[in-house]
Amino acid sequence: MTANTENKGFVYVEGKKVAIENEKNLLEVIRKAQIELPTFCYHSELSVYGACRLCLVDIEGMGIQASCSIAPKDGMKVTVHNSQIREMRKTNIELLLAAGHHNCTTCVKTGMCKLQDIAKKLGIKEVRFKQNTEVKERNTSSHALVRDPEKCVLCGDCIRMCSEVQGIGVIDFVNRGSKTEVLPAFGKNLDDVECINCGQCVRICPTGALTSKSEVSHIWQDIWNPGKKVAVQVAPAVRVALGEMYGLKEGENTTGLIVTALRMLGFDYVYDTSYSADLTIFEEVNEFIGRFEKGEKLPLFTSCCPGWIKHAEHCYPELLENVSSCKSPQQMLASAIKESFVQEGGKREDISVVSVMPCTAKKFEAKRPEFSKDGDFDVSNVLTTMELARMIDEKGIKFLELEPSAFDMPFGFKTGAGIIFGAAGGVTEAVVRFVLGKVAPEADYKPITKVLHESKSLKEMEVDLGGGKKVRIAAVNGLKNAQNLIADIKSGKKQYDFVEIMACPNGCVGGAGQPAITGRENMKQRSEGLYSIDDQVQLHKSQDNHYIAELYKNLVGEVGGKKAHEMFHTHYHSRQRIKLKPEEAKGKTNINVCFGSSCVANGAKKLYQETRQLVKEKGVDAKVHMTPSFCYEKCTRGPVVKINDAIIEKADAKKVAAELDKQVKK
Amino acid sequence: MPANNLKEIKDNYDKQYANITKKIIICAGTGCVSSGSMKVFEAFKTELAKRNLNVCLKISEGCREIYLSKSGCQGFCQQGPLLSIGDTFYTKVKDTDVVELIEKSVLKDEVVERLLYKNPADGKQYKTTAEIPFYKKQTRFLLQDCGRINPEDINEYISNGGYESARKAIAEMSDAEICNFMLDAGLKGRGGAGFPTGKKWDLTRQSKGHKKYVICNADEGDPGAFMDRSIMEGNPHSVVEGMIIAAKAIGADEGYIYVRMEYPLAVTRIKTAVREAREIGILGKGIFGTKYNFDINIMEGAGAFVCGEETALIASVEGARGMPRPKPPFPAVSGLFGKPTVINNVETLANIGKIMAVGAQEFRKMGTKNAPGTKTFALTGHVANTGLVEVPFGTTLREIVNEIAGGTTGEDGSPDQEAFKAVQIGGPSGGCLTKEHLDMPIEYDTLKAAGAMVGSGGLVVMNKTTCMPSIAKFFMGFTQNESCGKCVSCREGTKQMLSMLTDITEGKADDKTMHTLEDLANVVKVSSLCGLGKSAPQPVLSTLRYFRNEYNEHIQNKNCPAGACKALAKYTIDPAKCVGCTACKRACPVGAITGEVKKPHAVDKAKCIKCGACMKACKFNAISVGG
Repeated sequence: MTANTENKGFVYVEGKKVAIENEKNLLEVIRKAQIELPTFCYHSELSVYGACRLCLVDIEGMGIQASCSIAPKDGMKVTVHNSQIREMRKTNIELLLAAGHHNCTTCVKTGMCKLQDIAKKLGIKEVRFKQNTEVKERNTSSHALVRDPEKCVLCGDCIRMCSEVQGIGVIDFVNRGSKTEVLPAFGKNLDDVECINCGQCVRICPTGALTSKSEVSHIWQDIWNPGKKVAVQVAPAVRVALGEMYGLKEGENTTGLIVTALRMLGFDYVYDTSYSADLTIFEEVNEFIGRFEKGEKLPLFTSCCPGWIKHAEHCYPELLENVSSCKSPQQMLASAIKESFVQEGGKREDISVVSVMPCTAKKFEAKRPEFSKDGDFDVSNVLTTMELARMIDEKGIKFLELEPSAFDMPFGFKTGAGIIFGAAGGVTEAVVRFVLGKVAPEADYKPITKVLHESKSLKEMEVDLGGGKKVRIAAVNGLKNAQNLIADIKSGKKQYDFVEIMACPNGCVGGAGQPAITGRENMKQRSEGLYSIDDQVQLHKSQDNHYIAELYKNLVGEVGGKKAHEMFHTHYHSRQRIKLKPEEAKGKTNINVCFGSSCVANGAKKLYQETRQLVKEKGVDAKVHMTPSFCYEKCTRGPVVKINDAIIEKADAKKVAAELDKQVKK
Repeated sequence: MPANNLKEIKDNYDKQYANITKKIIICAGTGCVSSGSMKVFEAFKTELAKRNLNVCLKISEGCREIYLSKSGCQGFCQQGPLLSIGDTFYTKVKDTDVVELIEKSVLKDEVVERLLYKNPADGKQYKTTAEIPFYKKQTRFLLQDCGRINPEDINEYISNGGYESARKAIAEMSDAEICNFMLDAGLKGRGGAGFPTGKKWDLTRQSKGHKKYVICNADEGDPGAFMDRSIMEGNPHSVVEGMIIAAKAIGADEGYIYVRMEYPLAVTRIKTAVREAREIGILGKGIFGTKYNFDINIMEGAGAFVCGEETALIASVEGARGMPRPKPPFPAVSGLFGKPTVINNVETLANIGKIMAVGAQEFRKMGTKNAPGTKTFALTGHVANTGLVEVPFGTTLREIVNEIAGGTTGEDGSPDQEAFKAVQIGGPSGGCLTKEHLDMPIEYDTLKAAGAMVGSGGLVVMNKTTCMPSIAKFFMGFTQNESCGKCVSCREGTKQMLSMLTDITEGKADDKTMHTLEDLANVVKVSSLCGLGKSAPQPVLSTLRYFRNEYNEHIQNKNCPAGACKALAKYTIDPAKCVGCTACKRACPVGAITGEVKKPHAVDKAKCIKCGACMKACKFNAISVGG
């Protein structure tokens, strides 16, 4: 007995004594005893929900209980399998099978579906209940995600993932009883709401109800098109996860096999996104140093993660100028490939770029209009890691038996800095290596930094540039964690010069395009896999990538120069539907009438007309700038009118007239 | 008026009341209002004014002669609109009766006999409520003031002894003393599960935390239940008083009343009561002149039955979707906004002040040892007198059905003792009881043993025309609609049970259906997340327990013994009675009837759509519908 377990006692699982350590619930204790109780809705990273009714156990003195919702207590005697429990589990699975249309043979999730897996394990051979005849439509509105309500078991994992871990909450339950569905607010499409396409809902979905949107057919068409060259780029995180689809351990490096497989699939050029990760460092550090020296637009936020970028556009438009203007490595490499092809005499539209990404948001990023020229997208299609496996399988390639081969040059060359982009904090480390490498070129590449704080989701450090210059850095992963960090920055509680944000927990290795095989969710090993590749390669600092130096010499010109801006930088736009801060005209009296629901219900529209009239009558038209505005959160005291800094509650024409006189005189 | 001197308020009220010579009370409960009692009230106002009489609508300075008051539900809903003039109790009063009533009963002390209650069983007439069997057999402890006092006048409540218990609890008792008192009294929760109120309070009292809440669960949603509604409409201050005492007992300074918005009158009255109490310092800061703070928020539920489940209710108050969560933690430890919370239902809270007023020992004299006190029931169905009744625990079903409710009624609506078939008690979560249970004393444990439950107190009496699988189907349809959709067992299980019950009542089921139904019911009962799901199969299981033969008849012989299942109806023409008039043949919309003129006709069962048009057309009673 260790000191840790001393006070907490034991649970008897099927007669076997199991120590209670730090488990939050009985289910975790039982799983520790090597008994895998089936569940849909239990995930240690999410709150306990208790809806799937599969982890039922019989506790002496308490009867049948869902083990996820019971705190383990010393002396508890638990039976995990008996005829009643068996009947209940089977019945609940049969009920789910009868409720949806699960068509396993045509489902992309087949073989990785929890419902299928549990049904198989419980030995369900027939469904005693009537099949639901109503068919709900699939929603394919999003560039990245597909929602199929027919396959949804309503475990709510996606909802809790979206709100609890990612802090967004774009989906929730609607309707009641057997009509319940998971939908964005007001039944809108996923692409009409604040969804950032991170796909964490897809990653956690136990069935095929949420999947990534496959572009495999388009890619085959391009490959088979004799008039077209097809280049493919592979993101760092893919190489340490694809093997899982073929039974390899998490984190095992399959780079060479992937390159061979891609060539066999028919791609003309096989490139490495790690190359453009190195390239990103050139542009981003240049941008950062510029701002750091001037002390403006700090902290600089990284821009590699398309999920974070969309979130910033929705929720932090005021921070967009702080976000690095660098395109993501995916887009930089596509630009470089297309531009080089053109330079060598090819036509832009005669080469298409496919990228293999661990990420679903990359599908959305590739379709951003600013990354296209005359309707020709820089990246024509995006494959997730799992979709690549599907293409490999489709062609019948025996992945594990392939001879490894190397990437094509020049865009297949990279340093270790470009590799570790796929792990959380990797971008930051690459930046630090680059900066310190400039300060002390002979020093070890492993950066000597002062780590102030390190947890699973946040790393804070300080880099001494000498001469009293210190750079304060934070690297955060998981969007909810990022929101908290931004709140601290805004309130002044935390100060940084450089902030790396990755929307997915654990960074790109934990992306939604990565294999999501039941029970195999060890992100840490994938990150370690990337660092071990970094150990093996010869070069570790982006500035040592001589192919990049060549690119600047032959094609781009100066780092941060005009051409570099055209090719490697972009701009962002606010996606906020309603401006929280109304536009103000300088030197004029600004009048804002709140048009929030409550104020409108209290007569704000009429008041707006009356105020207009007033302004005319008083002849101050030219001195006044008048707009409707959004909620001042004084709904019980509406209608609300703001004249310059004065807020009038329960406003009427008389009050407005009096305040207007006062303000105009000022 | 400072609330620390309730006696002053009472004395003042009594002084103002002293010059009243005649009190007219018109029932303004929902039942009576819908049968026109407000028209009667207006007619009284107009006619009394015409006669230049002094009329007070609310007791205040200078009141004399006539007090015309609106009361809450008086319980005898079937006989409404109800009216009392002094002691005389009138039923089924219309606005056109008002002139006569004023001339005779108000101005002189005569009785308008035609408006007195007449017992349908023996034709006997009664002048006062004390004599009417419906009231006489009840023990109106909780409902004593309900239907007597003006629910919109706090002074009237206080002059009847109201808020004295709350004052005492706040000013003179410690939290532990209150909890101990409640443990002594032995009150059990009236919302369904019957958890001892004192124990619930004591657990919450002992939970650590500066902020605690009291919630009144007024989300009464069972079909056929209107006890809580009647209390809120008839005596809202009793609920407020109970909440104040509960607040002191656990150390809460804030309360919520979660009332369903489908009860507009209850919402209005409870809002008025809270406002009145706040105005005189019974709610708010420093209540009853002490340092103690307590105030009540009113939250209207949007119409989800599941929000009557306490964790779903809490979620709803917090602004989230009304879905239950797993327990533990119980609300006593982590409730509203994660703070220790006591949730009691309306009837439980309305009992508190009364119990403190009479004392624990006196309270225990009512009811049984395990279940002291009384219980209100909403009596509906095939009985002579429907309405709101209150009886001590331990009363038998026979006493309620035969004596208070005036007996079962048959197909034509007249009393018929033989027609009794079953009683559905406890709403969609409850079960059915049969003839053999008529002499069983009603109590938490006895009902549970019989496969039913006290529930919130809906009591539906059913006669022989009722088909039990159809009843189970009705309740299952309700639960299916009201399931929140969270857990698999309830969401999908109720749907499948409903589908199987539908098949049974439509003659599409076989023996396998029965097995599957029973197996599924037993799974849903244990495997569901919350009380709603766990009790959803009750109507199936209890009807199966007592009426299995009726199910078998439906399945094996495709026959509904009660003749209620339309799909199983078999229309036959008695050749002995049929004269061959062809009326039925002409009436049949699908040409299912054949026969020559003046010769007996016959129904082609394959074509028949069971619309019953032939039966209506036949003038010779030759067509019968057999199960």
